[in-house]
Amino acid sequence: MPMLEITGLHVVFGGLHAINDLDFAVEKGEIVAVIGPNGAGKTTFFNAISGMVKPTEGQIAFEGRSLLGLDPNKITSRGIARTFQNVRLFANMTVLENVMVSQHCRTRQRILDALLQTRRFRTEEEQVRARGKEVLGFFGTRLTGYRFDQPASVLSYANRRRLEIARAMATSPKLILLDEPVAGMNPVESAELTQLIGKLRDEMGYTIVLIEHDMSVVRDISDRVVVLDHGEAIARGTYAEVSANPQVIEAYLGQSADGS
Amino acid sequence: MTAAGDFPASQDAAPAAAPRRRLLEQDWRKLLRASAILAIAQVFIGLSGMPVSFDRRLLIDPILSLGYLSLLWLPLAVSYWVGREQVLEGMTAYARGGRDVLAGAITGAVGNAGLTLLVVGITHFDIRDPLVNWSPQLLGILEFEESVWLGALIWPAIGAGVGALGGGMHWASSRITRTTVIVLLSVFGTAVLESVITDLSQGFHIEAVSDWLYGPKRGLTYPAAIVVAAAAAAIAGGIAAYRAFLARTASTSGQLGIAASGETSANRVRWRRIPVRRLVGFALSAAAIVVLPLFLGRLTNELLANVGLFILLALGLNIIVGLAGILDLGYVAFFAVGGYSVAVLTSPGSPRFDLEIPWFGALFAAMLLAGLAGLLIGAPVIRMRGDYLAIVTLGFGEIIRVLLLSDWLSGTFNGAQGITNIPGVEVFGLATVRGFEPRSVLYLVLVFCAIAVYVSWRLENSRIGRAWMAIREDESVAEAMGVDTVSAKLMAFVTGAVLGSFSGAILSAKVGSVFPHSFAIIVSIVILVVVIFGGMGSIAGVIAGAAVLIGVLGGPNQPGLLQEFAEYKILIYGALLVWMMLQRSEGLIPSVRRARELHLDEMNQDAWLRAQVAADDAGGGGGGDRSEGEQP
Ligand SMILES: Nc1ncnc2c1ncn2[C@@H]1O[C@H](COP(=O)(O)OP(=O)(O)O)[C@@H](O)[C@H]1O
Ligand SMILES: [Mg+2]
Repeated sequence: MPMLEITGLHVVFGGLHAINDLDFAVEKGEIVAVIGPNGAGKTTFFNAISGMVKPTEGQIAFEGRSLLGLDPNKITSRGIARTFQNVRLFANMTVLENVMVSQHCRTRQRILDALLQTRRFRTEEEQVRARGKEVLGFFGTRLTGYRFDQPASVLSYANRRRLEIARAMATSPKLILLDEPVAGMNPVESAELTQLIGKLRDEMGYTIVLIEHDMSVVRDISDRVVVLDHGEAIARGTYAEVSANPQVIEAYLGQSADGS
Repeated sequence: MTAAGDFPASQDAAPAAAPRRRLLEQDWRKLLRASAILAIAQVFIGLSGMPVSFDRRLLIDPILSLGYLSLLWLPLAVSYWVGREQVLEGMTAYARGGRDVLAGAITGAVGNAGLTLLVVGITHFDIRDPLVNWSPQLLGILEFEESVWLGALIWPAIGAGVGALGGGMHWASSRITRTTVIVLLSVFGTAVLESVITDLSQGFHIEAVSDWLYGPKRGLTYPAAIVVAAAAAAIAGGIAAYRAFLARTASTSGQLGIAASGETSANRVRWRRIPVRRLVGFALSAAAIVVLPLFLGRLTNELLANVGLFILLALGLNIIVGLAGILDLGYVAFFAVGGYSVAVLTSPGSPRFDLEIPWFGALFAAMLLAGLAGLLIGAPVIRMRGDYLAIVTLGFGEIIRVLLLSDWLSGTFNGAQGITNIPGVEVFGLATVRGFEPRSVLYLVLVFCAIAVYVSWRLENSRIGRAWMAIREDESVAEAMGVDTVSAKLMAFVTGAVLGSFSGAILSAKVGSVFPHSFAIIVSIVILVVVIFGGMGSIAGVIAGAAVLIGVLGGPNQPGLLQEFAEYKILIYGALLVWMMLQRSEGLIPSVRRARELHLDEMNQDAWLRAQVAADDAGGGGGGDRSEGEQP
């Protein structure tokens, strides 16, 4: 049974069919890339999985249980975490607080614990802090040391993208949805992050679905590729298969002919 | 992160001498606009009646009254504002100099010409019918009781002088500016705090001090003003020198630490220093707070008790607005629940019940009821955002007041007559807290303030506090990161409500009576201004905000130190609110706007990065992060 199984998904905004009859499945331990021209509905697809947009029709099941109708935080506690294409950190919280707050659904302390400073509170706080530092440490020294206490808003763009991934990891997910993780990075940074995404799967055991425009990244790490255009899956397969598909080339050419 | 600009170039340029501008190389449009605003504002202040009704309150005998001060501060502020320049990355930072002084002087002079017009106008026309303050008294003040000519000419001259000072603050080194501000504030503060200082010196039996400081007609004598100014300057200089010394030692030991074992030991140096100093400061201020009321007289204790009641309210609202980012305009509801619960349960005059249970029992009930009210008000608005939420909570605040006033519930709450004869607080047979003993009330208030500070502080650094902040930053992302936003927001309402109910419960016992009109919308607004003014989300800021605003101006129904302000309180609170909103409106309706700002930022960055990537591709190299604040 696939880890995530989506059948007949439709998302309609007013008159716009953003996702049109999409079937999609991810097996545990896979890295699947979702590609497609701008406005193809990729981000909307992630929004539907993470519960931020309610599907108009269709089924979404994670580990055999339906996700439909669940609030985003319930979906996160089931084990799906995501990042945002347009980096949305908690800008006025510190780097460490960003990864501490995203452990919310894995922690149990109550208000009274905090007020009375119970043993449960202190050990849990200790663990949350340690776990936060651990996920930040995944990116080398870039987000550690004095950066723990800096507000997220002062980070460089690339570091903000890294912190987004760290924040997703801190929710202790099984499946991570990465929305254009290397967008806006230079080739060196992008190659480094690509390697880290590989490590996320190989060493940390996460299953990964990523949206990406950078074809070299897609080629390097994805096991499978799904191509979306106008909300429909127009091709599936390995990178080699998909990149040779005339329909895909057409979709991309048509787009670049529009000038974007 | 500032806009796209080439960082390396601007960083290289910074140490080189900044270019100068000629005296007349001014931004004339900005000057004109500022002068016009200043002129209108000065005329408004004049016609609002402040100069006349504040004239009797001397600050420095015989030079300066509060009335004249009301006409002097704005030229200073506006001319300072005119000189403010935001230097973004990549922009040229000009050297400051005579040009800034001139800009300030021009703004002050032209702006104050508004008062000249007023002098001429009052002399020649009589429109006292709609404008009650278009009066000979105002004219007299504007003319310094001399002649029309003097009045017409002196104001632009005064404006030029004050404006030059305001503009010159940009030229002077920050140390001089800071010292000047400290000196001005100390003199003003000593003058404003006259009754407290007199009170204190009586308490300590050193009346000589206050007799020497203040003249017979109130107000600092001017030798005293000079001494206070000199003392403030000396203290400010001393502190600055001490800071510089600390910074020097810190940087050398920090360097040693890094040399020895890198970042961690540098951190250790920092960490060791702070707690000891803080601890000592904390212990000293706690001791002072406990001991001081013993030496204070009735009026001052009464004033401080009122401040304390508002600190409690502000800390409660701070959890809702400052931490969780929920703009609640009906916070007075919880204040009312606290007040009326205690009134109904303890007063022998309570129409329906004849319980007369002790205050602490009633407080417990008040907390439960306030928590319940928090849930009831919170539940329907929890899914709303921003302005809708604000309006609905505003409505709820009014509903509570209307219910208290209604015939329907008058069997319980006694309608407009309110509930009277509320007894004081029996503290376990040890003491009684009663309204006519303000000191006892103050101690009770202090205990609850301590509780509120503790609760705010602990919760801020806990799971729920982080969840609140995440919601404030971006609610939908918080939810996507696993935060149960519904229950977290409800908890914010409940916690804030309970803290607010403390204040109401104490108020009931202090005043001995409660009336529906004590819980009007204006109370919500004042608390909100206190929180925003003090600094949303900051405990110390909120306390300072309450001390300054409630202590000096007074609360909605409580007098402050400057009782002359009574009629103008609401005007000033309103002006402050508008000003704060304009300054940093992102604090109030956070999620949507902040997300958008991040966007803009990001697009600028994107454009810059793309250019860099292109340059890199061409030049073949580079890598790693490049952004300010990146390399340690
Ligand atoms: N919340 C929304 N309301 C209305 N239209 C939306 C919304 N979100 C996305 N869309 C539209 O759906 C289409 C797909 O958008 P998106 O999923 O962001 O594309 P992609 O991520 O592939 O570039 C776009 O035309 C976009 O304007
Ligand atoms: Mg997208």
